[in-house]
Amino acid sequence: MSLKPMSAKELTSYVIDRDKEVFVLDVRAKEAFDDWKIEGEGVSILNRPYFDLMDGVEEILEELPQDMPVVVVCAKEKSSIFVGEMIAEATGQELFYLSGGMRAWSEHLEPVKIGDLEDGGELYQFVRIGKGCLSYMIVSDGEAALIDSSRMTEPYENFVKEKGLKLTHVIDTHLHADHISGGRKLRDMTGASYWLPPKDAEKVTFHYEALEDGRDITVGQTKVAIHPVYSPGHTIGSTSMVIDDQYLISGDILFIDSIGRPDLAGKAEDWVADLRDSLYRVYAELSDDLYVLPAHYAKHSEMDQYGRVTEKLGVLFEKNSGLNIQDEENFRKTVSENLPPQPNAYQEIRQTNMGKIAPSEEEQADMETGPNRCAVS
Amino acid sequence: MDSTKVLDVKGLACPMPVVKVKKEMDTLNEGDILEVHVTDKGAKADLPAWGKSSGHELLQNTEEDGVLKFWFKKS
Repeated sequence: MSLKPMSAKELTSYVIDRDKEVFVLDVRAKEAFDDWKIEGEGVSILNRPYFDLMDGVEEILEELPQDMPVVVVCAKEKSSIFVGEMIAEATGQELFYLSGGMRAWSEHLEPVKIGDLEDGGELYQFVRIGKGCLSYMIVSDGEAALIDSSRMTEPYENFVKEKGLKLTHVIDTHLHADHISGGRKLRDMTGASYWLPPKDAEKVTFHYEALEDGRDITVGQTKVAIHPVYSPGHTIGSTSMVIDDQYLISGDILFIDSIGRPDLAGKAEDWVADLRDSLYRVYAELSDDLYVLPAHYAKHSEMDQYGRVTEKLGVLFEKNSGLNIQDEENFRKTVSENLPPQPNAYQEIRQTNMGKIAPSEEEQADMETGPNRCAVS
Repeated sequence: MDSTKVLDVKGLACPMPVVKVKKEMDTLNEGDILEVHVTDKGAKADLPAWGKSSGHELLQNTEEDGVLKFWFKKS
């Protein structure tokens, strides 16, 4: 027997590192696999449901490579152990199962340093590798601000603790529909201010600070100013932010290889013009040298060799097809027709983020299962 | 529905419900109907998928008070 657990963190290193290869045997049902799976340049993947392997694993043994780690994956982990043990017994070779399964994969956050700020601060991108969600932490002079927090607050808490920081601001660029925000929880635990765009927060049941154009937020003594830029389109209140005159936090308005979708609150038609104005006028007036930091990525190719997802705004105006639709009618069609399916439980997720419902941790995790689907491409 | 046998796998987690269902099914004859009671949410998608791949027809399924019930006809 030589079946060993592999953590989501370790598997992440295989996905980010372009020189590493890994073979994933996903034993979930085909429907679940087709909906959402582990992806990456060095990832080879085979789907064979565990219930088709109950009589024996012989049929797949020759499909398993010898020259890279083999990781068996299922929804939680038990079915992958079930299959993994059969393979280990049949081959005597070392192989792995993904500890905690796709649930753990969905929840893992990998902090990646984006760069230094003027006056000694730093900016980190937290990559939620299994779901393609990105959140950001600005660190300056012992203080920290977190943008678009994921539901799992522990990775941020640990990070803040390790670096001896105090979390002073938690900011959401918009009311999220694809994931539950950890903003309120962190506010309650740390006393940080929780900022939301007021137009997205009309129905929220809790106190918040209004994230508005002209209302700068300062992190640390060294004044890393965050300038909110009102940029509706994905939601009516969507707000972008310029940090330190270097970075543009674009939320779900602009991604590296695509643009936001305007329909998750059921208002696609109404917000198409807002989205176009935000991208083609508001963003066009910003400096080309700003590094765009989106709230999502869709493809591994959007990530560089260090695991960072960012590109200069000027480059995106050249290369991102969503920023190069000159005809308004074509733009309308692109963003309002042929949209990908809506994220799992997006209405319940919005209700949760408004504070209207309070599902258990288990229910929240189930609500977030699957890909994020906030982009049109 | 006229079930030949009722299999209660409530409280068992993935992969055990499907493992037990398969074992039980192996003891039945063609045309027999196996009624399965299960609480594991993973089984909700996996049992129908198993039925499809193994060829046993899923005749009906219900969900009540967190208990999922499936009726499979042995092929």
